[in-house]
Amino acid sequence: MLDQPRKETREATFTGNRGLDQEEPLLFEIGRRDVTGVDIDAPESFTPRLGGLERKEPIGLPGLSEPEAMRHYVRLSRKNYSIDAGLYPLGSCTMKHNPRLNEKVARLEGFADVHPLQPQSTAQGALQVMQELADWLLTLTGMAAVALSPKAGAHGELCGLMAIKSAIASRGEAQTRKVMLVPSSAHGTNPASAALLGFSVRTITTGDDGVVHVDAVRAALGSDVAGIMLTNPNTCGLFERDIVEIAQAVHEAGAYFYCDGANFNAIAGVARPGDFGIDAMHINLHKTFSTPHGGGGPGAGPVVFSKLLAPFAPAPSLARDEKGLRLVEQAEGESFGRLTAFHGQMGMFVRALAYMLSHGGDGLAEASRDAVLSANYIRASLRDVLTQPFGDRLCMHEVLFDDSWLHGTGVTTLDLAKAMIDEGYHPMTIYFPLVAHGAMLIEPTESESKASLDLFIATLRDLARRALHGEADAFHAAPRFTPRRRLDETLAARKPVLRCDAPR
Amino acid sequence: MRYHPLTEADRREMLSKIGVARIEDLFADVPQELLLRDGLPLPQGQSELAVERHMARLAAKNLTASRAPFFVGAGAYKHHVPASVDHLIQRSEFLTSYTPYQPEVSQGTLQYLIEFQTQVALLTGMEIANASMYDGSTACAEAMLMAHRITKRRKAVLSGGLHPQYADVARTVAKLAGDEVDALAPDVRASEDLIAHLDDEVSCVIVQTPDFFGNPRDLTALAEACHRRGALLVAVFTEAVSLGLLESPGRMGADIVVGEGQSIGNALTFGGPYVGLFATRHEYLRQMPGRLAGETVDAEGRRGFVLTLSTREQHIRRDKATSNICTNSGLCALAFTIHLSLLGEAGLTKLARVNHANAVKLADMLARVRNVDVLNDAFFNEFTIRVKGDAAALVERMAGHGVLAGVPVSRLLPHAGLDDLLLVANTEINTDEDRATFVAELEGAL
Amino acid sequence: MTDARFTKDHEYVRVSEGVGVVGISDFAQSQLGDIVYVELPAVGAKINKGEQLATVESVKSANEVYAPVSGEVVEVNSDLENAPASVNEDPLGKGWFVKLRLTDESELASLMDASAYEGFIKTL
Repeated sequence: MLDQPRKETREATFTGNRGLDQEEPLLFEIGRRDVTGVDIDAPESFTPRLGGLERKEPIGLPGLSEPEAMRHYVRLSRKNYSIDAGLYPLGSCTMKHNPRLNEKVARLEGFADVHPLQPQSTAQGALQVMQELADWLLTLTGMAAVALSPKAGAHGELCGLMAIKSAIASRGEAQTRKVMLVPSSAHGTNPASAALLGFSVRTITTGDDGVVHVDAVRAALGSDVAGIMLTNPNTCGLFERDIVEIAQAVHEAGAYFYCDGANFNAIAGVARPGDFGIDAMHINLHKTFSTPHGGGGPGAGPVVFSKLLAPFAPAPSLARDEKGLRLVEQAEGESFGRLTAFHGQMGMFVRALAYMLSHGGDGLAEASRDAVLSANYIRASLRDVLTQPFGDRLCMHEVLFDDSWLHGTGVTTLDLAKAMIDEGYHPMTIYFPLVAHGAMLIEPTESESKASLDLFIATLRDLARRALHGEADAFHAAPRFTPRRRLDETLAARKPVLRCDAPR
Repeated sequence: MRYHPLTEADRREMLSKIGVARIEDLFADVPQELLLRDGLPLPQGQSELAVERHMARLAAKNLTASRAPFFVGAGAYKHHVPASVDHLIQRSEFLTSYTPYQPEVSQGTLQYLIEFQTQVALLTGMEIANASMYDGSTACAEAMLMAHRITKRRKAVLSGGLHPQYADVARTVAKLAGDEVDALAPDVRASEDLIAHLDDEVSCVIVQTPDFFGNPRDLTALAEACHRRGALLVAVFTEAVSLGLLESPGRMGADIVVGEGQSIGNALTFGGPYVGLFATRHEYLRQMPGRLAGETVDAEGRRGFVLTLSTREQHIRRDKATSNICTNSGLCALAFTIHLSLLGEAGLTKLARVNHANAVKLADMLARVRNVDVLNDAFFNEFTIRVKGDAAALVERMAGHGVLAGVPVSRLLPHAGLDDLLLVANTEINTDEDRATFVAELEGAL
Repeated sequence: MTDARFTKDHEYVRVSEGVGVVGISDFAQSQLGDIVYVELPAVGAKINKGEQLATVESVKSANEVYAPVSGEVVEVNSDLENAPASVNEDPLGKGWFVKLRLTDESELASLMDASAYEGFIKTL
């Protein structure tokens, strides 16, 4: 229990360490201002030309020698869970295997050591990577054009909506079409992106079966609507069955269809979003094409466009002339402008292309099918114990449960998640999507063996048995075997401490 | 496929448990006419060996910064990164973890983020910093939007010394968000009068130091003028190493400081991924975009870290969030924080001095070249020269001789009548031999 | 029993001499959980009944607080900045949000008294 004295839960050691579980102070507690881990030759004497703007006070930065730095960061790393260490079933986040070949090729000098503004004649290999990646993305999606520069999924959403807003403006309807339709199951970035561009958000209620119905869309459409943002497969792990009819209705109403491609990994190589009738979609390279999540970025969110929206795509774009490939770096014609300095997440392009080449068209389809198979296998293996908010039906690459099966046990979704940590698993996505009460969204991906899935299922069944048999106290005490027990988020928010002290 | 563990036998067993005959049956919700029965016109999968060969062939077509005397900057800089940095960021637990939503199994990420936030705050001279943004240019646009929220005004003044692509990003966001921008003409010699552009509609002035043309700028008077008119000063930098030697924007009165962190810890990689730095005053905490790590205690009273103040963010506030941003640039921030902790104050200061010394040396050499003028009175590690003729053509000619000479201003400002200007950067990587080659090739190409 | 009057959105107002003290009900604070921050309007702001008056944040939620009556903000509870927990501990006392000078006292008639509000929350 949380209020038990410390000695009963942890056997004390002098250092606070417990074998391989080592405590690590802050950099600012171990670093010193006069220590450095980088030897630099002092410059010959010279007269500075800084215009009198030299620093007058010390900065206060601590330094570490190289062995100290190695130990500090290695010890920190050991306090993290990772996909390399275990199943990481975060629904909608897609934690699949990160092939190390991709890391190796991204670090080739010919990619890592090339400047974005060196003459394009000296960077033809880099441009060819972008061209090949663009070709793969267009073939996989069946769309007309692609903007590679968005830096992440949410940045891609912004890109797509900027194109839609520009297209609306070019029709002279900027003042009349100011509404974006967003389903209640949508990821929070969707309404946030729309609001940033001045759209007001009209929420479409997700149906009782977890999908958006074309009738609900028709009812919300009107001459004030600029577009719809729909995730497919959606955040409940379900395919939006009405998608073709929805696209038709949206277009008939003079609006555009933005598809959130966060879950493209369920259908890559199996179906093409372009055939659904969409106008724009971002692709999270860090999800579908497995560039590493890196503890929260960097991601990459290229956007594909239909013919209708292609003219509004941002700079830079790729062109080919007699000298070879060329980046068009200034926004031309109807292009809405520029989203970022330089050309996008090249390091991620290299990794994603290597992933595509390794899989091939056949392998990408197999990845999608195995991901969907594994999610349905988990569903079928847990459906007698856990509850599903929209009934027991086929899911795509992730399966959504709610907490109604926990009702009356005193155990919450959060408690279950923390108990999973003690069993050596990263929890699933919890409390998202908002349309399911106490949501638990499980995405196994195609990277798990059957033995791994079976152990995960057996573990969840055992936890469910314990929750249903009155062991709530044990759940409340979880996690017990982690570097830290449950953390006080209220204290963190009430008294924000966002930096450490300066060095001694 | 080597990445897929399931065997045909596994798949059959799993299908039987699910109660369907074929994997295709799992896609019953997809309109059947949309399913790609015959696959797509794409190549078959390839072995690791074959993929590596293909990628290596493409890589070999690029002239790299290590293989040429290299003087290219303009917002991305080649510095030496210690080998330990890349080794550490490739540790599985950093590389293959997600955003630290479950703090008990993410203390490693959360602790380095609060260390990073502290380093950024110290470096910029500000009170708080966030856990990073996509890059410098997007951080700059976010700073503009934040200033609009704080001042409840909607007009930004962009200095003519702001990196042209940063200005383009800010202009694009402003245009589509319905906000106003007063963008000044390119200002090669830092002679513009930004104060004259202040009025009661202005939410912020966005100014870069050292600016795009290399001039360090004293922001003190501008900051005071902004504050008198109820506007904020947003200071931008694109070369983080400069902060080792130059007065911090915070001490000069900036309200929001944003910049590009690539040059500490991160490779050039043709423009990304990089890491945006974002710092401000404590009073503006609730208006700041992006993630924040904060300190707290665990159930046993021990110090620990969590993501905090997430009510600002999109997953809670949805259409009322401070930003639509969902991710940061975690691994690049890690590379930044490791490199900076290896450097420490002593190393960073020295590194900055070497950069400046090398640039001074080159500027002195170029001052003696016929048909070349060094335009800057002051600079850090990059300055602008005027050459006879077209700088872009000159750069192409020199590249043909294996020298990457810099960035012609016309590449970023094609219609500004500045075709004879060249930005030249000089960091610790440049040797006396590089500089001699550069000058000789320049004289030959002119 | 308090003399405050309540809205269906769980705000209360307690009026004396034309000035109403506004906050959120004990039921509301218990539903929100630990309050970590309250964003208050500027003194002098004129707000109509039903318009957003404040935002109250817990760790995982941000909720809008609407004006139960129309009026001008004459004082805000600046103690909440350092002690947002008072909203949990004493919502009708130390945890008040703002004082409004009412522009139309007749609006009070549309609000519930304490016993009506008690009955209302039982229906939720």
